[in-house]
Amino acid sequence: MTALLALEAVEKHFPVVEGVLRPRVVGHVRAVDGVSLALNPGETLGLVGESGCGKSTVGRLALRLLAPTGGRVVLDGTDLAALAPAELRRLRQRMQIVFQDPMAALNPRMTVEEIILEPLHVQGRRDRQALRDRAAELMERVGLSPEHLRRHPHEFSGGQRQRIGIARALAPGPRLIVCDEAVSALDVSVQAQIVNLLAELQREFGLAYLFIGHDLAVVKHVSDRIAVMYLGQIVEIATKAELFARTLHPYTRALVAAIPVAHPRLRRPRARLTGDVPSAMAPPPGCRFHPRCPHAEARCSAEAPALRPVLPGHAVACHFAERFLPSPPRPNP
Amino acid sequence: MTAAPLLQVEGLTTLFRTGRGEVAAVEDVSFALAAGEVLGIVGESGSGKSVTALSVMGLLPEPPARIGAGRIRFEGRDLLAMPARERRALRGAAMGMVFQEPMTSLNPVFTVGDQIVETIRTHDRLPLSAARDRAVATLARVGIPSPARRMQDYPHQLSGGMRQRVMIAIALACAPRLLLADEPTTALDVTIQAQLLDLMRDLQTERGMGIVLITHNMGVIAEFADRVLVMYAGRVAEEAPVEALFDAPRHPYTVGLIGATPTLEGTGGALVTIPGTLPRLGDGLPGCGFAPRCLRATAACRAAPPPMVEVAPGHRVACLHWDRPTPGEARAPRVPA
Repeated sequence: MTALLALEAVEKHFPVVEGVLRPRVVGHVRAVDGVSLALNPGETLGLVGESGCGKSTVGRLALRLLAPTGGRVVLDGTDLAALAPAELRRLRQRMQIVFQDPMAALNPRMTVEEIILEPLHVQGRRDRQALRDRAAELMERVGLSPEHLRRHPHEFSGGQRQRIGIARALAPGPRLIVCDEAVSALDVSVQAQIVNLLAELQREFGLAYLFIGHDLAVVKHVSDRIAVMYLGQIVEIATKAELFARTLHPYTRALVAAIPVAHPRLRRPRARLTGDVPSAMAPPPGCRFHPRCPHAEARCSAEAPALRPVLPGHAVACHFAERFLPSPPRPNP
Repeated sequence: MTAAPLLQVEGLTTLFRTGRGEVAAVEDVSFALAAGEVLGIVGESGSGKSVTALSVMGLLPEPPARIGAGRIRFEGRDLLAMPARERRALRGAAMGMVFQEPMTSLNPVFTVGDQIVETIRTHDRLPLSAARDRAVATLARVGIPSPARRMQDYPHQLSGGMRQRVMIAIALACAPRLLLADEPTTALDVTIQAQLLDLMRDLQTERGMGIVLITHNMGVIAEFADRVLVMYAGRVAEEAPVEALFDAPRHPYTVGLIGATPTLEGTGGALVTIPGTLPRLGDGLPGCGFAPRCLRATAACRAAPPPMVEVAPGHRVACLHWDRPTPGEARAPRVPA
């Protein structure tokens, strides 16, 4: 395996504590429940799902900003759990994160230069002139003027702040950047600029992205492969072309059907999902999607479907995935 | 249209008092809405779309806000000239509004039922039991399961989608003829957004309401609007029937907005972008607000706001160069058959 990052059956269960004087654990939120993923160098893997599906938790587990309660996270062949804190810090040069809300992610008291260079300071770099040059170079690379290095975050617009967040992530020369809803809070015209910038940087530096988002259209635009999450688990994963040519999981189909059309002439009545996402504290037995699934049968409430390959490069966690194949699968040339 | 429009806004200018003096958040905005029609108002942050809706509803705190100019007529009656009491009687009854964030719009210390019943009894002198019956029926209509039981719930006990259904129920409880919906689905997941847009469409067909839908999302516009007003920096950039807007956008900002939106039908590759950043309130440009980001801009654009020109029936554009796309700017988007 040459995967840059591998998540192996990763779990994150958050304890739910009740009581003030005698607190006790009354249950667990199973935010991430057995997720396996591999990310190759230079690739963009999109991770899409709705609120509370666990996609952001996966991003934090990948960077070990959170410790998993089960499973392993392996970067470049190294199990992150086995590392001492100092070693982990060194390895983190290779993996960075860009957050959704740059105003919350950037320290308002620091100048842009301090923000961008902080990851390098953490690494123990102290060569002042070289660092200053590096900051100026990064500013220019993300489309900002190096003259603004002495400014503070509030002096920038939302899109410019996100560029600062990207410059900071680039500073230590990472091979992997987790983009956690990195363009979701931006206005469309600015969002397009940042999406294009991320694509340029990927080509230039050979970056791999774990691109976490709720907007399937944006995720489709940037990704090579896409994983769809529902209630802490991956329900479908495939290359982009494959996923949209043969959408096999009923939840993915519903997600696609819910995306607004691109042109008014494409309007059509569509099957809608009913109901809300169940609680991750008490997920439904069997397939977690079965209470909302229009195709559910008795087996679905009894037996949890495993994520299994249905076509080359296309895995689905549904007992009846084959039923949604548009035509008999053609042998791949 | 021969009949008087349901809502007519003419030359609306809304000013805000700020540290730098009075600035216009909305300037010279005009539009009309017929009964049974959905007008989409689309724009990004600071375009003035929400202030326009709040001006129509009379919900802006004065001061700091002030209607500087213009007229707003609802069913022919001048809202700005009528006594506050009469306007209050219309608001919540004949004119309903749904806001983006249901958690901040609902009162956390009253049950859902209390809040709907309060609205109903403010406008219609009904006995409590009749008001309760109507509240339950309205909750049922907006798709809330076991509505009688949900009447006793507090807002925090409901999911985001359910709260927004309650907001819609409150807005609909008195059978409004006009509904203003300000980013009603923005805070919600797409599957819930789709449910709510379907619901609003059904209710509109059933009751013949006029709807003003405010959004930043071109997809929601493509899905839902009959006619569209594109706003930028407090002014109307373009107004058109929805198909004409997507087939032949004339304002360079509209062209950019459509091209910058990733779609499932898109082919990948670089997205069309609009250079630069959004203007801030009170930048006080004398000319076209979009000129600093526009590849077509000339000296004339920076001198005075461009007049609205009608380029096709019902299709108006505020651009001096609407028929002269510049090489290098966004191309017209693909047109599905």
